[in-house]
Amino acid sequence: MQIFPRSANAIARASLVLTVVVVGGLLSGLMLLERTPYITNAGIRKAQPVPFSHQHHVTGLGIDCRYCHTSVETSSFAGIPPTKTCMNCHAQIWTNAAYLEPVRESFRSGRSLEWTRVNQLPNFVYFNHSIHINKGVGCNTCHGPIDQMPLVYQYASLQMEFCLDCHRNTEKYIRPREQVFNMRYQPPSNDLMGVHEVAFNGKTYSDQESLGKALHEQYNVRSVKDITSCNTCHR
Amino acid sequence: MSIDENKTKAASAKGPDVCPTKRNQLDLATVKEQIADTTGPEYWRSLEELAGTEEFQEMMHREFPKGASEWLDDFSRRGFLKTMGASLALAGLTGCTRMPDTEIVPYVKQPENVIPGRPKFYATAFTLGGYASPILVESHMFRPTKVEGNPEHPASLGGTDIYAQASILDLYDPDRAKDITYLGDVRSWPAFMEAVKGPMSVETRMAGSGVRILTQGVTSPTLASQIKSYLDANPQAKWHVWEPVNRDNVYEGAKLAFGEAVETRYDFSKADVIVSLDADFLYAGFPGSTRYTRDFAARRNPDGNMNRLYVIESTPSSTGMKADHRWPMRAGEIEGYARTLAAGIGTGFAAGTAGFNNPAGGATKFDKTVATDLSGHRGSSIVIAGDHQPPSVHAIAHAMNQALGNVGQTVFYSEPVDANPVKRGESLNALVDDMRSGKVDLLLILGGNPAYDAPAELDFASALKSNAVETKVYLGTHRNETAELCQWHVPEAHYLESWSDARAYDGTATIIQPLIEPLYGGKTAHEIVTILAGQPGLTGHDLVQQYWQKQHTGADFDAFWRKSLHDGWIEGTQHAPKTVALKSASFSATQSMPASGFELNFRRDPSIYDGRFANNGWLQELPKPLTKLTWDNPIMIGPAMAERLKLNFKDVAELEFNGKKVKGAIWIQAGHPDNSITVFLGYGRTRAGRIGTDTGFDVYPLRTSQAPWFGDGAKLTAVGGIYQLASTQGYQTMETPVGERPLVMERSLEEYKKEPNFAKEEEPAKDLTLYKPQEFPYEKEAYSWGMAIDLNSCVGCNNCIVACQSENNIAVVGKEQTLKGRHMHWLRVDAYYNGPRDNPKGFFQPVPCMQCENAPCELVCPVQATIHSSEGLNDMVYNRCVGTRYCSNNCPYKVRRFNFLLFQDWETPQFKLMRNPDVTIRSRGVMEKCTYCVQRISEHRIDTETASVREGKEIRIGEELQTACQQSCPANAIVFGNLNDPNSQVNKWKALPRNYSMLAELNTRPRTTYLAEIRNPNPELQSGLQSKTEALVPEAELQAERT
Repeated sequence: MQIFPRSANAIARASLVLTVVVVGGLLSGLMLLERTPYITNAGIRKAQPVPFSHQHHVTGLGIDCRYCHTSVETSSFAGIPPTKTCMNCHAQIWTNAAYLEPVRESFRSGRSLEWTRVNQLPNFVYFNHSIHINKGVGCNTCHGPIDQMPLVYQYASLQMEFCLDCHRNTEKYIRPREQVFNMRYQPPSNDLMGVHEVAFNGKTYSDQESLGKALHEQYNVRSVKDITSCNTCHR
Repeated sequence: MSIDENKTKAASAKGPDVCPTKRNQLDLATVKEQIADTTGPEYWRSLEELAGTEEFQEMMHREFPKGASEWLDDFSRRGFLKTMGASLALAGLTGCTRMPDTEIVPYVKQPENVIPGRPKFYATAFTLGGYASPILVESHMFRPTKVEGNPEHPASLGGTDIYAQASILDLYDPDRAKDITYLGDVRSWPAFMEAVKGPMSVETRMAGSGVRILTQGVTSPTLASQIKSYLDANPQAKWHVWEPVNRDNVYEGAKLAFGEAVETRYDFSKADVIVSLDADFLYAGFPGSTRYTRDFAARRNPDGNMNRLYVIESTPSSTGMKADHRWPMRAGEIEGYARTLAAGIGTGFAAGTAGFNNPAGGATKFDKTVATDLSGHRGSSIVIAGDHQPPSVHAIAHAMNQALGNVGQTVFYSEPVDANPVKRGESLNALVDDMRSGKVDLLLILGGNPAYDAPAELDFASALKSNAVETKVYLGTHRNETAELCQWHVPEAHYLESWSDARAYDGTATIIQPLIEPLYGGKTAHEIVTILAGQPGLTGHDLVQQYWQKQHTGADFDAFWRKSLHDGWIEGTQHAPKTVALKSASFSATQSMPASGFELNFRRDPSIYDGRFANNGWLQELPKPLTKLTWDNPIMIGPAMAERLKLNFKDVAELEFNGKKVKGAIWIQAGHPDNSITVFLGYGRTRAGRIGTDTGFDVYPLRTSQAPWFGDGAKLTAVGGIYQLASTQGYQTMETPVGERPLVMERSLEEYKKEPNFAKEEEPAKDLTLYKPQEFPYEKEAYSWGMAIDLNSCVGCNNCIVACQSENNIAVVGKEQTLKGRHMHWLRVDAYYNGPRDNPKGFFQPVPCMQCENAPCELVCPVQATIHSSEGLNDMVYNRCVGTRYCSNNCPYKVRRFNFLLFQDWETPQFKLMRNPDVTIRSRGVMEKCTYCVQRISEHRIDTETASVREGKEIRIGEELQTACQQSCPANAIVFGNLNDPNSQVNKWKALPRNYSMLAELNTRPRTTYLAEIRNPNPELQSGLQSKTEALVPEAELQAERT
């Protein structure tokens, strides 16, 4: 007696194909999910105790990054300003603004403001701001157009491939140290839009490749194999 | 768990045996036979290895001991449910690694000079028995995380000891007392002050006749002046001092010799010949040991003017193992020996009458030779007596040093460092008498734990418990045995939380400054005494500053104060040498000749001292220098005695002394004198905390004021059963078949002079390997890291292990896991023996990761979790590791450690403060190992690179980069640095003829190499002392002999 009808053959074949498709789909789905902002947090604005606007303070008022992030050139940690730094100005201006009340409250009570961390790395990754700043990696290379952000968000995925992309091709991203804190810095270019030149060491460069090489030389940037060794970031 | 419970548990335990050392398998007869056949290795780690038992062979061939990789633990219903629940929860989380939001909490007003992310260092001092160990403490955002030696302080020179290193863990001990309590109820500090005010005012009217202050050893000038000014105002009050591990004998000996108590300090840098009479001066706990080790080790350079050390000792110690000639002798016989020696160098002593109990029978020759050697080095020798030898031995040592003209050259006398050098035993005795007769109304116990560690016959605990004393106040860090018996318990501030001062072994005063606000509102002794003196409200800072303001004569006190705080010592406070004259040259013997029965020795425990560090997991799990025991104290006896009594490793035995009995487990120690037993203080605590309670057995009940260190007439009987002792000695053993090169290389000075290259082996050609050719051209790099360890300098003090543990956030695993070989130390110190089991030579070999250039571990990792860096580091990438353990299986040096379980404590908030933020905290299922402190390399590299760019010139990392083990090594035995810098210290060491690679024949090209050990035996004594000298016979001859 025949238990299975003839169509069972087709179903069996189809299910084989389907299994591959479903499992493969699931796996690639997971891979994609891993790269979505849901996991990486890129582009997501987080609620903060005070809706601090980098756009207003940087672009509008022209305050330098280091006025608040004081240790960015000397330490692994860029530094989050103490309430006192806010009060340097806000003891004089916007003294009655309701949304600055948490700042004034913190200053009165001596209790710290609790900011939600925006750029977060896993605990087994040791990033150091000072070395990047001193070797000519601009703030906005990783932090994006922070001067345009009314409420700050994480710009890059900050996944390992993001870091490695630069560590493998440093000359593509490096810029003169004087330009590190320049939020409007444009790398040199020579294309249909016209020629944009960048001056460095008394010379002008119109393409990133030759500028990158010159900077590499000048700043003694370590070789790719050096800065892609695991212990560069993991200890 | 008591001994009995453990015994029954062991008997009923099922499952395969884990390793030979865990069982009672060692057959001493086999050992004897094997030694006779000389098939055992020349350098052995344990008596099992010497015997070459099958179990040992199996053990050696396993990557981890049997049972380490299997799940053999009892699985409770609760545990099962917990695991299942966790698995279910985790199943939903796989593939989803979304990080939770975290906060950044900035300052409101940022303190000056604080750069978040960069640690700061402060100078302060750790004290033990009053003696200060000067240190620098690393502080991350005002959280102390690591202790380092103070390189500028003469008593440290950058070195520390295990106790100072481990004191960080004590600060964050979650079991510390957190509240002021009265009969167990929480009270406030004002309530406490109010409560003692009443009795105090009554006392003041009676000139303090009912007030007694009991302290530990005090060297703090401020505290001493506080107490003394109180006593001046209230002459009837009394100050008593008690330390169980005390220096009574030292001061009494000085009184005997000179008529006054003086402190003796030594200059080992000028000593050519050193004779130690039972003095363990190279191990932590001996005042000045850090400096002594530095000076001693510096004189072990065989290319320079090498010193010679004779050790006569009653308990095998790491100092004895470093000796060129070591003589095991019962403690009671040492006085006789000292007299013989003194007579030999002409100090007018009658030769001793002690019958030397030595197998070789060379005693007379031995002491004649030692005497001749000493007499030949007048003014450049040292005779040093141990703290547990009776006063007469100290007096004889003083007489010998005088006769040899050493005083003023290598031996110096000064006023006592201790502020109140009363005889501890008598002082406590007087206090207990007063307590019992109702003379004491207010008892202040400032630190210590007398209810646990007082001499047995005083029965301090019952005197304290009785109602004879009206008000009892205890100041202590833990709610321990003493705190339980006092009405008031005030939590004591840790030294890293308090202002104080203390003197080092040479008298140099250090201001102890706090690194952190008291975590639980702890108070210091200073603050308690202010209440007595009627000046409450004064802080420790005020008191210390006021005291030094009085002492300071110059104008600018502020500058003086700041400089003293910054440097870590106060200029000009070192005690000036004092001239003292010998009263007479003949001292009556205090020790009668040994009677029948066994001699019983009490010693401080090498890890937990007198018991005060019992709740410190780092110290509990620290393998003791010779036995490598963790978590327990044994009854230690020699092999011959064990054989006679038919006792074996781990047998439970009953020890009877002075009519009191205790039970403990037997440990047979090679080199222990015959007819003598050693037990170690500090274990068997009943209220130590979660770590220290009920570990080991308490021997204080046997210890009396009459025999504080040793006595005769002890009885030892087996009572049946086995008690598990967790010794790491048998684990992580490297394979060296008989006839192969030993792992530790050693020659005598004479042989070394003849053949300096003896340790060198022709390494296989670099390309003679199946491994892929070298990936990176290391020589072209700016840096390639390497390390050299001088076996000659290493004294086996274990400091490096604790320093590494502290720096690298290494977990404590507990006794049960240690028994399975799952301990996590990245750096171990192997102890090897060579020669007869009754008096072998000892060797210490620190073994970190060798950072092989041809690393066998890297090839077998399926996920590339361990790979090479361009600078030659063998990197371990925790987040890649999937836990196959292939790497550790393939590691010939057995340095890789695996997180079999979740050993890190992720919950306890205190430990979160303690950890080094620059090192990843490893979780379960991850392999880890020594990284050459890669976090320090990175830090220095970033700093120099940054400076190079800023200053526009190339700046390289120099010798200021030190690994944690290197920084605090008191012996300077470890050097780390850049192999590509021809002038680096590490290259200089590696160029020495003594330099060799361990297991070089495997062509692993280790970056860590060793400098072979050179001994400087007296040529006249060599034949008499070594019965098994095959190791010294050239390899070819040995081979011929075997075939």
